[in-house]
Amino acid sequence: MHPAFSVIFLTTLIGAAQGLFLALVTAQVYAVDGILPAQEPGFYVQGSFIALVLLALGLVAAAFHLGKLEYFITRAWRGMSQWRTSWLSRELIALPIFMGLVFLYFAAHYAGLHEPLFTIGGKLAVDATLLIGIVGAVMAFVLYISTAMIYASVRFMQEWHSPLTVFNYILFGLASGFVLAAAFAATVGSDLVGFFTGWALIFTIASAVTRGASLYRNARIEHKSNLQTAIGVRHPRIRQKSMGFMGGSFNTREFFHHASDSAYDMMRYAFIALVFVVPVILLLLDAPLLAFIAQYIGLLAERWYFFAEAKHPQNLYYQSIA
Amino acid sequence: MTQLALVIDLNVCVGCHACVTSCKEWNTSGWAGPMADEEPYGKDPSGTFFNRVQMYEVGEFPATETVHFPKSCLHCEEPPCVPVCPTGASYKREDNGVVLVDYDKCIGCKYCSWSCPYGVRELDEYQKVMKKCTLCIDRISDETKPEAERKPACVLSCPTSARLFGDVHDPDSEVSVAIRENAGYQLMPEWGTKPANHYLPRRKTRIQIFEDELIRADNPLKKEEAVGEIIGDTIDDVAM
Ligand code: SF4
Ligand code: SF4
Repeated sequence: MHPAFSVIFLTTLIGAAQGLFLALVTAQVYAVDGILPAQEPGFYVQGSFIALVLLALGLVAAAFHLGKLEYFITRAWRGMSQWRTSWLSRELIALPIFMGLVFLYFAAHYAGLHEPLFTIGGKLAVDATLLIGIVGAVMAFVLYISTAMIYASVRFMQEWHSPLTVFNYILFGLASGFVLAAAFAATVGSDLVGFFTGWALIFTIASAVTRGASLYRNARIEHKSNLQTAIGVRHPRIRQKSMGFMGGSFNTREFFHHASDSAYDMMRYAFIALVFVVPVILLLLDAPLLAFIAQYIGLLAERWYFFAEAKHPQNLYYQSIA
Repeated sequence: MTQLALVIDLNVCVGCHACVTSCKEWNTSGWAGPMADEEPYGKDPSGTFFNRVQMYEVGEFPATETVHFPKSCLHCEEPPCVPVCPTGASYKREDNGVVLVDYDKCIGCKYCSWSCPYGVRELDEYQKVMKKCTLCIDRISDETKPEAERKPACVLSCPTSARLFGDVHDPDSEVSVAIRENAGYQLMPEWGTKPANHYLPRRKTRIQIFEDELIRADNPLKKEEAVGEIIGDTIDDVAM
């Protein structure tokens, strides 16, 4: 597949935003329970503002994936209509709902809505911010699953058609979000750096395991289709002499990555180093901001590779220019 | 239910591209148009086509054969491209089974093209919506046309009649009979998409001839041979 920059930025930006939001809500839940020290309200206001900015940037990237930018205003709303059958439609619904909840979370903290609405077990005081936070956290997972299933549900892309794709999307989002949370906590001088760093390490290592498993799986994948089934001729030796045109078409542009073998391999090494190895070292060296920058760049490479890695059966029909 | 479809006879197709050009001509100026071209006279001409004719070489030289292979949307009976569309722009018609795209709803997200294993959907670079073969829906359903012309442009233009059009759900239709009697098959059956379009395979034309059918047993010329050697004088020998 051709890696589209709109989708590479969209998925990495919102993944990190969801992870950051989940980190904030986790910290808040633990603080209410008294496990972690309580934070200033400003901590959640600033933190959720960063998440909102990332989500907004993701939305801008998404708009560039549409055929024309104007479709964003004129037609994109239609994309929410087929949620019964289409994971893409489900994502288009989940994303604005999640953005709305993050905004409400931000606004509620900003407005200081800390009056307990009710208490659980006589000691857990639940206020409006926490309630919104928990609903938002559930929505963050709905969004992770919707995003991942857009790819995992395409059975023709056998490299993607696996539960590993869903685990990868969730764990990459959580890893980058918690690394970002650690960086944010360090920047504002919060005492949560250690908590966020710990989980960032766990998620980063877990994502290395699941992505490693999908790399292993994809290197050994057996493709269902071949030239024999593509044209229905039973002969061991078939070669395409002409694909019917010479100057390329949508089918040659959209479904091939057009990168050299060495660039393709480089991307793999780059993302393995930048997503897993470098951030772990930097986190252990107490440099979470640098860790986030390295990991985010690595995730861009990972997403590029994720697309390039998938081989579509239609490519069988587009092999020879003449 | 009716399921309109094409049946393409690979034994007959000579790869002349008449269907490609007539498809483009009809559809670029009709309901499905325009089908944009980019740099049509430049170095790398590119454009939207609903139908392509490809060529494959089968076998090892010198025992090779060329297979001309026309390819367009197969109007699958289980079209994987339809349910994935987020806008509902991609749909399959209930009444005749033709798979179409509503260009006023499509947002050009390309997701449907990822879900078609045959590579027959093409994003139009000018309109930025997904396009594909419509089976000339505006032509086959145009009741002002005489019955004989209510066929896709490609079918009408094919000089060798390699393309048949009809209802594959009607067991007595020309297409159903052709599929049944000539081992018609579907492309990539492994995906369970149940393409409505079928292909008829290359087949050798063989006839069985016996020796006595080549040599006429009662050829009058052979009678002379049976007479044997002439003995004695003929009438010419004894003439004065
Ligand atoms: S051939 Fe492709 S575009 Fe046409 S109906 Fe089948 S899956 Fe859809
Ligand atoms: S490109 Fe158009 S028809 Fe295809 S899935 Fe997207 S909106 Fe639907």
